[in-house]
Amino acid sequence: MIPDLGKYAAEVLSAYGASLVILAVLIGLSVRRARKVRRELEQLEGRRHETD
Amino acid sequence: MASIWEYANPVKFIRTTDRVLPWVAWLAGACLVVGLIWGFFFTPDDFRQGSTVKIIYLHVPAALMAINAWLMMLVASLIWLVRRHHVSALAARAAAPVGAVMTVIALVTGAIWGQPMWGTWWAWDPRLTSFLILFLFYLGYIALWEAIETPDTAADLTSVLCLVGSVFALLSRYAVNFWNQGLHQGASLSLDKEKNVADVFYLPLLVCIAGFVLLFIALVFLRTQTEIRARRARALLARERMG
Amino acid sequence: MRALLLRDLRLAMRAGGGFGLGLAFFLIVTVLVTFGVGPESALLARIAPGILWIGALLACLLSLDRIFALDWEDGSLDLIATSPLPMEAVASVKALAHWITTGLPLVIAAPFFGLLLSLPGPGYGWLTLSLVLGTPALSVIGTFGGALTVGIKRGGLLLSLLVLPLYVPTLIFGAEVARRGAEGLAVATPALMLAGITFGSIALLPFASAMVLRVNLR
Repeated sequence: MIPDLGKYAAEVLSAYGASLVILAVLIGLSVRRARKVRRELEQLEGRRHETD
Repeated sequence: MASIWEYANPVKFIRTTDRVLPWVAWLAGACLVVGLIWGFFFTPDDFRQGSTVKIIYLHVPAALMAINAWLMMLVASLIWLVRRHHVSALAARAAAPVGAVMTVIALVTGAIWGQPMWGTWWAWDPRLTSFLILFLFYLGYIALWEAIETPDTAADLTSVLCLVGSVFALLSRYAVNFWNQGLHQGASLSLDKEKNVADVFYLPLLVCIAGFVLLFIALVFLRTQTEIRARRARALLARERMG
Repeated sequence: MRALLLRDLRLAMRAGGGFGLGLAFFLIVTVLVTFGVGPESALLARIAPGILWIGALLACLLSLDRIFALDWEDGSLDLIATSPLPMEAVASVKALAHWITTGLPLVIAAPFFGLLLSLPGPGYGWLTLSLVLGTPALSVIGTFGGALTVGIKRGGLLLSLLVLPLYVPTLIFGAEVARRGAEGLAVATPALMLAGITFGSIALLPFASAMVLRVNLR
């Protein structure tokens, strides 16, 4: 499945691996924080409407 | 035709981006998957660089986005300073970590590529050095945002820093070019690979660049939404405490 | 304006920090680098311009947070802001005072520290010239950094992180002038670039500093 990368296989694979991991971490953190903040805000809005 | 400034309204911004975001995200994912698989599995090796040529599908788009992210922050900062649209300042804040990450990817992939090609992880080549400096600018910008409590003050200060930083980043770019010339000749292999790559490499590269651009847009939309919501939540909390 | 300058200078003198500390720090950096790289004089001679520039830069950095922090804490910055003096002038004067208390002593002391590092003969003049041309830029850029971080508690580390990248072009051209001078090469281009950066910073950065100060005092 993996194409023949010759003698540079380690370099190519580690470059792809490192980049994808870094991107995944960035996306994961962004999404997680987005969810958290959205939930907090909804909670706050809900509380506000109750007291109104 | 609605004016672009309508999107400066946070509610409108959130509503619109909520609708657009899934599309952009899926399109970014599709471009990245197609481009990277195409590049990784279905392109030949370069006769001189061997299979390491495959790294450019990550390196070049990341490097492009690292610079373009800063440019976007610069434009957003200017809009904030001139027109005082909160969304603009928050978008600049949202873009900074993404740009910093792109810079890291460009540096890491460049180092991994340089190891077999130049025989060294790191050379004080002007381009590499300027990217390192760009990374430092990102760090300073992010740190300043984090350090200031009052949102509007933070937006003002970071915007001015972004403007001044842009000027000095450009100066650094020029200075670094000049500085390295004094030490040794430029790198033996041109890093400007787009110019001398054949279509086999060029087309998947374009797809990857499109994927990175879309990914950047999607992330900035998402993170800007987050910042808007976080600010609203803070305001509500403050009001609760008052009342 | 002159009153403000004299007041700042007097304060720096009285605190005893201004002149002495920066110089002592400069000396320590010079000595420590020598310990770090070894006493071989050929090597030292080659890297002396760079070491001296780095030392000057760090010594400059050390005193940046004092530019505004003290005035901010005791409220005199608010008084100065309400005076008829425009903020831009305040920023310029502050930068000038910082240069007189730290930059100028560094310029004067650098040749003597050059002796310690066996800087080659032709280098002394160019080293001094490059510092004369470059240290004002360091002070002006530093004033901008100080203005940015004035409202932040314990902003010292942040200040370094913000200011050091801005110092890159000045450092490169300044050290290049000194290095080329020491090796007897042509120095016109880096010297002109250095002068350009300095004069450009002096002309434009006070506006940015003033803007930032006004935001912080809001």
